[in-house]
Parts: sequence; C-alpha cells; structure tokens
Amino acid sequence: MSPINYVYLAALLFTIGAAGVLIRRNAIVVFMCIELMLNAANLTLVAFSRMHGNLDGQIMAFFVMVVAAAEVVVGLAIIVMLYRARHSASVDDASLMKL
Amino acid sequence: MIGLLVGVPLLGAAVLLCGGRRLDRSGHWLGTLLAAASFAIGAVLFFSMLGEDAEHRAMHSKLFSWVPVEGFQADVAFQLDQLSMTFVLLITGVGTLIHLYSVGYMEHDPGRRRFFGYLNLFLAAMLLLVLADNYLLLYVGWEGVGLASYLLIGFWQHKPTAATAAKKAFLVNRVGDAGLAIAIFLMFTTFGTFAFAPVLSSAGEASEGKLTAIGLMLLLAACGKSAQVPLQSWLGDAMEGPTPVSALIHAATMVTAGVYLITRSGAVFNGAPDAQLVVVVVGAVTLLFGALVGCAKDDIKKALAGSTMSQIGYMILAAGLGPIGYAFAIMHLVTHGFFKAGLFLGAGSVMHGMNDEVDMRRYGGLRKYMPVTFVTFGLGYLAIIGFPGLSGFFSKDQIIEAAFAKGGTEGWILGAVTLLGAAITAYYMTRVMLMTFFGEERWRKAATPSPDRPDVEPAAETRGEHAEPHPHESPKIMTIPMIVLAFGSVFAGGLFKAGESFVNWLEPVTAFEHGHSPVSAATVTTATVVALVIGVGAAWFQYGRKPVPAVAPRGNLLTRAARRDLLQDDFNHVVLVSGGTHLTRSLVYVDHKVVDGAVNGTAATFGGLSGRLRRLQNGFARSYAVSMFGGAAVLIAATLLMRAV
Amino acid sequence: MSFPLLTVTAALPAVGAVATAAVPAAKRTAAKWLALVFSLATLVLAAVVLVRFDPDGARYQLTESHAWISDFGVRYELGVDGIGAALMALTALLIPFVIGAGWHDADPDPSPSSSSRGDPNVRGSAAVDTSRWRPTQGFFALILAVEAMVLVSFAATDVFLFYIFFEAMLIPMYFLIGGFGDRAHAAGEEEGAKQRSYAAVKFLLYNLAGGLIMLAAVIGLFVVSSDSLGEGTFSLPELLRARADGELTMSTSTERLLFLGFFVAFAIKAPLWPLHTWLPNAMGEATAPIAVLITAVVDKVGTFAMLRFCLGLFPNASEWATPVVLGLALVSVLYGALLAVGQRDIKRLVAYASISHFGFIILGIFAMTSQGQGGATLYMVFHGISTAALMLVAGFLISRRGSRLIADYGGVQKVAPVLAGTFLVGGLATLSLPGLAPFVSEFLVLVGTYSRYPVVGIIATAGIILAALYVLVLYQRTMTGPVRKPEIERMPDLKVRELAVVAPLVALLVLLGVFPKPLSEIVNPAVEHTLSDVQKKDPKPQHPVADHADPSAWFDYKPAGHGGGDHE
Repeated sequence: MSPINYVYLAALLFTIGAAGVLIRRNAIVVFMCIELMLNAANLTLVAFSRMHGNLDGQIMAFFVMVVAAAEVVVGLAIIVMLYRARHSASVDDASLMKL
Repeated sequence: MIGLLVGVPLLGAAVLLCGGRRLDRSGHWLGTLLAAASFAIGAVLFFSMLGEDAEHRAMHSKLFSWVPVEGFQADVAFQLDQLSMTFVLLITGVGTLIHLYSVGYMEHDPGRRRFFGYLNLFLAAMLLLVLADNYLLLYVGWEGVGLASYLLIGFWQHKPTAATAAKKAFLVNRVGDAGLAIAIFLMFTTFGTFAFAPVLSSAGEASEGKLTAIGLMLLLAACGKSAQVPLQSWLGDAMEGPTPVSALIHAATMVTAGVYLITRSGAVFNGAPDAQLVVVVVGAVTLLFGALVGCAKDDIKKALAGSTMSQIGYMILAAGLGPIGYAFAIMHLVTHGFFKAGLFLGAGSVMHGMNDEVDMRRYGGLRKYMPVTFVTFGLGYLAIIGFPGLSGFFSKDQIIEAAFAKGGTEGWILGAVTLLGAAITAYYMTRVMLMTFFGEERWRKAATPSPDRPDVEPAAETRGEHAEPHPHESPKIMTIPMIVLAFGSVFAGGLFKAGESFVNWLEPVTAFEHGHSPVSAATVTTATVVALVIGVGAAWFQYGRKPVPAVAPRGNLLTRAARRDLLQDDFNHVVLVSGGTHLTRSLVYVDHKVVDGAVNGTAATFGGLSGRLRRLQNGFARSYAVSMFGGAAVLIAATLLMRAV
Repeated sequence: MSFPLLTVTAALPAVGAVATAAVPAAKRTAAKWLALVFSLATLVLAAVVLVRFDPDGARYQLTESHAWISDFGVRYELGVDGIGAALMALTALLIPFVIGAGWHDADPDPSPSSSSRGDPNVRGSAAVDTSRWRPTQGFFALILAVEAMVLVSFAATDVFLFYIFFEAMLIPMYFLIGGFGDRAHAAGEEEGAKQRSYAAVKFLLYNLAGGLIMLAAVIGLFVVSSDSLGEGTFSLPELLRARADGELTMSTSTERLLFLGFFVAFAIKAPLWPLHTWLPNAMGEATAPIAVLITAVVDKVGTFAMLRFCLGLFPNASEWATPVVLGLALVSVLYGALLAVGQRDIKRLVAYASISHFGFIILGIFAMTSQGQGGATLYMVFHGISTAALMLVAGFLISRRGSRLIADYGGVQKVAPVLAGTFLVGGLATLSLPGLAPFVSEFLVLVGTYSRYPVVGIIATAGIILAALYVLVLYQRTMTGPVRKPEIERMPDLKVRELAVVAPLVALLVLLGVFPKPLSEIVNPAVEHTLSDVQKKDPKPQHPVADHADPSAWFDYKPAGHGGGDHE
C-alpha cells in the first residue's frame, strides 16, 4: 500500500479534529479533538519520513508525543479545576479573560 | 559717591522691608535719616560741582558691567550732570521733607515701617532713574518707581479701591514702559548702543525717520509715567494712596520723569520735528484736559491730581518746543515740585484734621482752625496760579513766552492754549481754596456721608471714624515741611530767574536758544495776569459770592463728563476692559474646546477604534480557534498561490 | 583618564533615589533627610562643574566617552558647553527646594476616611498599611530619579543617549503627577483622583508621541550619517565636525524631515503652542513642587535640545522653519498670557504664564542673534528660579486653604504679610521687573528678536504688558482687599521651613538680576558656537557708534542740537 494513503488518512483525522474543536463545547471533547489533530500531524510526519527514507520525521513525532503528553497533564488539570470552580466544562463559559 | 546716593535709600528699603517687626518702633526715623543722608550727599556733590566751571561739571562713575552679551553692553554706571543734579536735589530734598511729614501723618498706621521702606525704595529708584548713564539702567529706575508707586498707591491694600488703583497705575505705566523698551531696541539697532552719550552725540547721523520713531516711543513712555493723554487715566485713581505719597510721587517727582526723559533725549527730538510736534500736541491736550478735570472734582486730592496733570502738560509742551523750552520745562518742574508738594501736604493736613474727609463740599471755613495749613496752602495756591512775584509766575510765564516763540500758526495756537490753561488753573485752584478755607462750615451739618454719593465716602471708613470732625491744626512735624515748601513756592522762581541762573546752569546739558516771540515779553506777562484775574474772578463769582451746596449739583454736560475724568475710564472700560475680558474668555473656551479638543479628539478616535476592535475579543475560545484556522488557511493558500505563480 | 565628574554628578541622585526608596517604611523623616542630603551633594558637584568649566576653553568640556552599543555606533558620551553647564546648575539648584517645599506632600494621610490620597494604589484599603506602602520614600526617590535623568540629558553629547534619557524621565514624572496630588481637591476626592490620572496619562501619551517621532528621526540621522560617513555615529561633536567639513551631507527634504522629527518632540516638551495643552493639566493637578519640577526643570530639556540639536545638526532646515517657529512662538507668548489672565485656578494660571515664557525662550533661540540666544539661555535659568519662587509660594498658599481657586482667597496680605510679600516678589519676577533676574533675559530676547525681526519684536513686547496684567490681577484677587473668609483669617504666615525654601530663591532672583555677568560669561561662548553652526551673524547697527569702548571719551560730548538747523 502506498504511504500516500496514510497522508490522506491524516488529513481526514485532522479535519475531524479541527471540526471537533470548532464545533464542540465540552472542554474534554475539545481536548480530545486537539489530541486527534496532534496525532494526525504525527501520522503525516511518520508517513513522510517513510516516503523520503529519512528518520527526521519519526524523531519529530516522538517530540510531539512528549509535548502532547505534557500538554494533556496541564490541560486536564486546568479543565478539572475549571469544572470544580464553575460546575461546567463548557469552553464558552470560560470567558474570564475577556476585556 | 554717586553710587552712594542711590545706595543709601536702597539700603534703607532693604533693612526696613526685611527687618521685621523689631524695627516697627524706630523704622520711620531710620528711613527719614537715610533720606536726609542722601540729600546731604546730594548737597555735597552739588557744591563740589559748583566749584567746577560749567563745561566740566558732569561726573561719571562706572560700578560694574551689568549685562555683557556679544554686541550688547549694558553697564551699571552713573552720570551726574547739571540736569541730574537738579533732579537729585529736588528728589532728595522734597523726599526728606515728605519723610518727615509722614512721621506725623502715618503715626497711627500699623504698617508704618513698611510705608517708610517703600518710600526709601522709591527714592532709590527715582535717583537711579535720573542718575543712570544709559537708557537700560534708566529703564530699571523707570520701572522701579513704577513699582514703588504701585506699592504705595496700594498701601492700604485692604481697600479694594486702593488695590485696583494700584494695579491700574502699574498697568498703564507698563504700556508706557513697553514704549521705552521699543525705543531702546530702536537705539540698539540704530546705534549699536543705548548709553546716553554715544546715542545723543551721534543722533544727528541717524535718519529722521529713525529719530522720529525713537522720539515717539520715548514720548509713549513719558505719557505713561507722566500721566499724559492718552495714558493719563491712572493718576486720578492713584490718589487712593496715602497723601504724602501723592505729594512726593504723584506730584513732585515721579510723574515728572517723563519730562526728564524728553529733556534728556533732547538730541533725538531736535532731529525729529514730527516727534516734537506730537510732544507739543500731547502737552497742550493734557494741559487742558487736566485743567478741566480739576475744575469739576469735589475730591480735593483728585482736583489737585487734575492740576498736576495739567501742569505736567505745560512741562511736556515746553520740552516739545526744543532748545527754547527745555530749561523752562525743568524750571517749571522744580517750582511745581515745591508748590504742588506743598499743596498736597496741605490737603493731607486738612484731611488729617477732618477725619480723612476728602470731599471739599464738606469742608469750608477751615482757615480759622488751621492757620498754618491755610497760610502755606495759600502760598502754594498763589504760586501755582502764577501770582506775580511767586515761583509759578516766573516759570509759567517763560513757558507761555516760549510757546508763542514756537512761531507761525502753531506758536499762536500754543500760546493761546497755555494762556487759556493759566486762566483755568486760576479758576480751579481758587475754587479749591474757597471751598476749603472760606465760606460756611459745611462739615457741621454733614457728619454722615450722603448716601447718593457713595464714591466719596470710603476714605472715612479707613480709620473707622464717623463722628463729626473736629478740625485742628496738624502737629509740628507735619507743618514744618509745609512751611519749608511754602518758602520754596515763594522764592524759588525768583531765584532761578535772577540773572537767568537756572537757564545758565542747565545750558551745558540741554542747550538753550532764545526764542523769538512775535509778541513782546511784557505783553505776554500782561496777558498772563489778565488770564489769572479772569480765572480767579470766575471762581469767586461761582464759589465765593454764594454758599457752596453740600451735595454737588447735577451740572451741565461738560461738568458731568469732567467729573468722570472726561469719560476716560468709560472709554477704557468699553474698549479695553470688556473687550479684553471677552477676548480672554473666548480664548479660554477655544483653548479648551478647539486646541485641547483636537488633542482629546485624537485620543477619543483611537479609543473608539480600539473599542470596536475589542469586540473581536469576545472570550469564546472557539471563535478564537476559528480565526486561527482561518488565518492558517489564508496563509497556506497564499503560500501555495505564490508557489504556483 | 580624568575623574568622570559629569557621570558622578548625574549618578549621585540616582544612587540617592535607590537609597531613599530602600529606607524602611517607618522612617519617613529619615528618607526625606536622605533625599535632601543627596540633592545638596549633587548641587555641590554641579557647582564644581560650573567652576571647572572654562568659558574660553573647548566647546565641550569635561568630556567622557565610552563605547556602549558598538554595532550601532552608540557611545556613552558626556560633555557640557556653557548652556549645558548652566542648566545642570539650575537643575541641581532647584531640586533641594523642590524637596524642601514638598516635605509634607507625600506624608500618608492621618485620617483613614480618605485613603486614596497618597497614591491611587492605596485606594480601597481603608486603613493605610504603612508597613507595606511607602509613598513618602517613593515620592522623594522619584524626584531624585528625575533629577538624575535630566542631568544626563543636559550632559549627553550622544544623540541616542540623550534620546534614552529624554524619554525615560517620563516614567518617574508620570508617577509623580498621577500619584501625588493636592491635599484637598476642589472637585472632591474621587474626582480629584480621576483628573489626576487624566493629567498624568495625557502628559505621558503626549510626550511619548513626540518621543516616537523623534526616535524615527534619530534612526534617520543614523542612516544618513552611515551613508555619508561610511560608519554611522550618534556622537554630536563628530556629527557637527562632519557637518562643518562638508563630509556629512543630506538632501534638503531629508534634513527638513529630520529637523521636524526632532523639533516636534522638543516643541511638545517645551511646550510650544498648539502642543501645550498637557501642561496646564499636569501643572494644575500635580502638587506645587512637582509642577515646579515639570516647568522649571523637565521642560527646559526641550528648549535646551532645540538649541543644541535642532540648530546644530540641521542649520538649513532651522532657517527654513524659522518663520513658522517664530510665528508659533509669538502666538505662545500672547496666547499664553491672555489665557493666564482668564484662568480661575492659581496653578493653571502659572502654567499658562509658563507657556508664554517658553514662547519667549523659543523666540530668542530662533531669532538667531547672540542677544536672542544668550537671552534665551539665561531665560531658561531665570524662568526656572522665578517660577519656582512663585509656584512654591502658591503651593504654600494652597496648602493652607485647601483650594486652588483664586476666588477662594482675598486679603491674605493682612494676615500673612511675609507670604504675600514673597508671592509678590515671585510675581514681579514673572512679569520681568527690572532688577530681578528674568528682566535681563527677557530684554535680551526682545532686543535680539527685534534686531533681526522688528515686527516680531514689537508684537512680543505686548507680552510684557499682559504679563503685568495676569500677575497683578492674581495678586490683587488673592492678597489684597478685606479678609472676608474665616479660613483666611486663621491662615498662618510662612513657617521656618517654607521661608528657608523661598528666601534663597528670592535672594538669587535679586542677585542675578543685578549681577548676571558670571552666568552670561559662561553662556556667551556656547551661543557663539551655536550661531556659527547656523552660520548667522548679528545684524549690524546702521550707524554704529565707533568709540563707545572708551568710557572716558564719550562723556565730554556736546549737547546735540546746538545751532539747530533741524527746525524752522
């Protein structure tokens, strides 16, 4: 199977993730969609790495995974705190930073 | 030595004004002593000057370089010549007498120390004015006397009228001062200097236009200081000051500074006939103006102020005649210094005995109660109207003669004006005399001020006395200066006239030419005496023959106008005061709304703009995400497009 | 390497600022004394600068030069000419008086009911926690910081260095204006705080806007110099030399644009009509000592910089702009004076009077005559002293009655004669009475202006009449008349501290009015240098009197007019 199909899949996953971020209100879901987009990006990195016979992309993917893990830790903590404080996980309710 | 002349009273002013209350008890004597010391120095210098021959009498001393800037050198340096000497003796002499008088007059005033400090300050400034060897230093004295006059007119500052009068005097003088400043600019650009000697000795080289401009600007300055039309309006109000001040500053010395300035700058005026003509016209107009105002005033000091204005008009007129008149201008100035100071001191003595009443309609018959005042005032009166043999006769007669000698139609007009002025002088002075010292004792029935004349009432308020006055003679310390001045009024003129001593004395400085009058001297003298008799007769006819009403009659149009100083203040009010008020108000509005409005408008525009932009920050995370995606998409699209092209 | 006198002079108040700020909260008095001592020590150093300065020596003296940002040719270069030395002395002279006059201005309010007094930050915490917040220390530290920055500005001969400090002094000034207001505000506490912050923001934004334009011009200057000289430089002596040698050339339009960039910034600071509106707000809302700091010290940097940078670097453009600048200056003179007449607030009145005076200064600078520019420099110094005298006494007056409105006074002379007397002297100095220092400078400015532009000179002379008007009206309304208000009846006269602040200023006014020679001798050579930068010569008199240098010869003159001939 041609590696290009993985790229198509990644594009599809990214689109789903992006749509999720834009459409869904629940912070957890939005968060998961962001993860989806990150992994879509990972997939393209790996696919292109394979296509060009260059390992740089795979190394980059590891970095992304680490960063994503760190981000999940911080992000989930924020969401949990927000839920405790406001009893809601809707991103639209969290508009405190608005001027 | 010359510096000491200025320094001594200046020291007195500094000590008295900074000394604090410790000097309250002795300060007035210190002030008087220093004034006398200054007179003594002046006298010593005078006699040493007499020892020299006429051409080498001038003395000069440079103290230090004052403002040295490239091309602009002003020194603090003094020049004492015959003209300055005359003034020095007048200023310190009359000044000392008036200091002495003030010791009595201001005895119960809590601010006496301050008063003597100001008086000393005035002496210092006035001496600086006449001793300066350049116009810039003269300017310092010029404004210095203005300051002293401001402080002294407003001496009773708690009276709003006094404070206003002081401010007015300073402001009107400032207009004149601006003229002097511009004259100095002109001299500087024309001659590269403004010291007397180089400017005056090379005045002939400059073009007539320049000289005319300088002359007119000097005249403006003189008008301000000497209360000449059109800057005359402050002098009447200046009578709000204590009477010794009116005698010293607003009669004998400061107001004559304009005459000094014009005489001193004779060389400039000699080269500018147009400027001279304007000087003469100003003098003639003021002469009549002041005389008319003097006729209508019921306030004794204001009547005398009108008279001062008129007499200075004589001097200015004489000074405008050129070398035929300078010496007579100064001569009249000196004799006027004696008799007018004497008259004012007499008026002060009357007020002193009358609870500070100034309305002559509430005087009358005072000769019995104040014999010394009556006699000295009477001698001053005879001198000012030009009674033959007294000071005023000689000096005024000379001016009238010189006016005829101007020649041509001008000469006839000027001669007629001066004669008319002499008649009016006789009229208003006789009126003052009759209303004050003769007739029935009107003060008995007019103990309370009439409500319909509130403008003459406040003087009584200043010392909080409203009881019926008990006229009494003033103490010796006040009468002695009056007696001395009376001697001066009687004999000074004759002394000056004898052998033309005064003219010869001044000749090296001011130059002198004998005018050639179309009418003989005897005719002029006769005409003067006739004018005098007419004036006195008219006054007696009106005020001596029948009782004077205690409340002023309405009077005809001219009288009413003259009572209001010929509408000068109304004119000023309409044109300058209300115009100026509107201007400043509208400018304040413009500054706030337009200039600042533009600034605030700019700020508001940016504020509004950012307010709109702020709406984009709506706080919804998803809308931010949309803009991020959109932005990223646009960027990618643009990159691809660029690639494609 | 000689002793870096200028750096030490400027650094001393900076050190003082840090030290004052570090004083513990409870020891407020110690902080005040510390600030005073530092300001006095700076004054001593500034006096040493003045003494060490040799009027006949090189143009810039006491120079120091160190590489700073070598990539951009920015150097730490200091050096003073006569003008800079005189203004450094003025600055160092006035700060002790500002500190002395503001001794109690930043004390925490004893009454807890109105707590927002010292600083907006305190608002809300009803019981002011003095252990944490230290307004007094901050106040004096900020004053010293301003002093340090102004001193560097007067000494900097590197354009970039000057720019940095020209801008940086806005920061402490902003806090001084916005943070410390009068004890009592006519419009109430809340409104007062609001107006104060409005004034501070206006001051900051206005001056920042000017600074931004100037920054562009500074960069432009660097580009031009690196184009012409091969290597860009900000060094003023270097630029002037290159300019004079013809190495540094710029096109007419470039020069004009750069000139405008600099000039607008300085005209805002100075302030010149119509860029003046921040001044009345700032001076009105700030306490009197801070108002003095603004008008007598900080604003002088603007006029100083016009003389040093605009004329020196862009002579042709300066000449091109002269008619407009003179026109604006003339408008400033008359407009400021007229508006001063129309003011109802004492401090705003002084502010508008200052605008009028700055008009005179700019007039003198752009008249391009040695009298004009020498007069303008002296004017900067003398105006500083006279305004300080007037404004500080006005501040004492205001602190007694708790009102800035002229109408709330009257008859003060009766109850507080010393206060009234010093106020009058300050006022008389403001109206340039001869014998007091400002007269010398104002007259020089007018003569200098008149000799090149007669009409402008004559119109400006009207300013001296208007000056008399606003000063005397102010004096009349506040000091004279009967005492009608009980608050005034109880008004105490000047205290010892206040007298100690005012008396030296008054003495200086008199002293410099009678004997300005030492100062003018320091200033004159610098003015001649500036004039040679713009290649201008004084207009010659039409009929110069040849021998007036010889004092004995001139006074044996014969009265002119002998033999007449000029009249019929």
